[in-house]
Amino acid sequence: MVAPVTTGVGGADRASPGPGPGRSWLAWLVVVPFLAYVGTFLVYPTALVLAGSFQGSDGSFTLDNLADLTRGVYLQAFLRSVELSAITALLGAVLGALLSWAVAAGEPEGPLRRVVVAGAGVLAQFGGVPLAFAFLATIGFQGFVTQFLRDSFGVDLFATGAWLFELPGLTLVYTFFQIPLMVIVFLPALDGLRPQWREAVDSLGGSSWTYWRHVGGPILLPAFLGAALLLFANAFSAYATAAALVSQGSPIVPLQIRGFLTGEVLLGQENLGKALGLGMVVVVGVAMGLYALLQRRFARWQR
Amino acid sequence: MAAVTKPRRSAGSAVARFAILLVLGGFFLLPLVAMAEFSTRGAGGTRSLASWAAIVDDPDLVEAILVSVQLAVASSLLMLVLLVPTMTWIRLRLPALRRLVEFLCLLPVAIPAIVLVVGMAPLYAWVNYFLGDSPLTLTFAYAVLVLPFAYRAIDAGLSSIDLKTLAEAARGLGASWGTVLVRVVVPNIRTALLGASLLSVALVLGEFTIASLLNFDTLQVRVNLLGKRDAGVSIAVSLLSLLFAFALLFLLSFIGRRRRDTAVEEG
Repeated sequence: MVAPVTTGVGGADRASPGPGPGRSWLAWLVVVPFLAYVGTFLVYPTALVLAGSFQGSDGSFTLDNLADLTRGVYLQAFLRSVELSAITALLGAVLGALLSWAVAAGEPEGPLRRVVVAGAGVLAQFGGVPLAFAFLATIGFQGFVTQFLRDSFGVDLFATGAWLFELPGLTLVYTFFQIPLMVIVFLPALDGLRPQWREAVDSLGGSSWTYWRHVGGPILLPAFLGAALLLFANAFSAYATAAALVSQGSPIVPLQIRGFLTGEVLLGQENLGKALGLGMVVVVGVAMGLYALLQRRFARWQR
Repeated sequence: MAAVTKPRRSAGSAVARFAILLVLGGFFLLPLVAMAEFSTRGAGGTRSLASWAAIVDDPDLVEAILVSVQLAVASSLLMLVLLVPTMTWIRLRLPALRRLVEFLCLLPVAIPAIVLVVGMAPLYAWVNYFLGDSPLTLTFAYAVLVLPFAYRAIDAGLSSIDLKTLAEAARGLGASWGTVLVRVVVPNIRTALLGASLLSVALVLGEFTIASLLNFDTLQVRVNLLGKRDAGVSIAVSLLSLLFAFALLFLLSFIGRRRRDTAVEEG
């Protein structure tokens, strides 16, 4: 049976009569719980943040909150967040692409690929607080590597200060979950490369370099750039690892928002935290939008 | 091994491949080894399992673990109850709504949890007023967080079966819509549902942002708190939770393959 062309009114022309929501308004009733739920716990809180960004403490319309984002500590936090996200996205994209290539060259159902994909899933999506502790155990003041270097070579990892708990430390720890995310996103793209393309280059006398320069590279470029944008958005949104690692100060935007949720809020700045949230949504939204565009462009080759 | 490359080039690329796997493998394994080493330190350079034993000796930590496990189960169930009937129904009767539902389900990807929690704080004042301040109320927030993962898994499951034909056959034989859902749709996409649930469990067990900022005592919040006092125990629990999540996702990789096999058999 063909799907009804007219939307909604399916009951009358269906081959299978009987009880059940036949009328269109009854058919719509089935999706009401889902829409109500998502409306309450996703759309409403989001709208609250967006609307609050444009409100002063008395609820009136103002652009002051947004203007505050463009100066002082808030602007610096945004710049640092962008810097951290961009550096770790670049590192993650390049190293992750190499790892993907190394894994894709192996057997599709082999143990190496299974372990790498499962491990990447854990670190990329469910890491959070444990990742902070992983690095405390490794290169914290009493960490495994710290002690080893100190006892065996007399090298003090913290000679230049407590860098693990500042931006350089965050960069290192973020890269630790960016590379796995790149593997998850980029591995399917590599799988989309057809062996025939490689064979065509080979049979025409092209080298490995020719293949990657003129065939593989250009095809993968949109996927690579798209993945890098996704990584950027991922690092920009990340909170848990940074919160567990950095307990003093708020170098990046998510930690600034923490300050607004947990600490003292200055009079007249009640909605500044929401404006910071709006700023994050805009940056992440732009990155994700471009990612979706590039994905679509890459999908042309996968038909 | 390398099916794509021809033999004459495989020597060079095999070396490169080996080097990449060695270096990055080391980078990823080192912190795990360090966690194992750190959490088994005893007094005066000896080895001891005291930190691991302390996990079960800390009633607050045990309580937090139990809360997180309950949250994982409750959130997975709520997610299934919300998504499965809705997504099935939309494919069968309301295709016009498909884009909207997809957009709503993927929306949490574009809204960072740290932003969502800003808007949820006032909402939870109401939730806790009406339902009490049990940490289990986090179920509501977590069912939203798992939507993107769950949607993709269930959508793939529904795409792999001929839903319309199955539903019409069952309806033709006199089955009610409820029967269609429970006895036809659910068994046919059970592996996708299991996949969606495992992802949700892994996500909820690792969630920190919303729990900590709404002041609920879950596993990750407790681990973070403990770390200020006794790093050994926190590191032991962290390693445990990473390994547990790994086990879940490793299991998932086999389920994914089995689904394709069954699809071939049935098709």
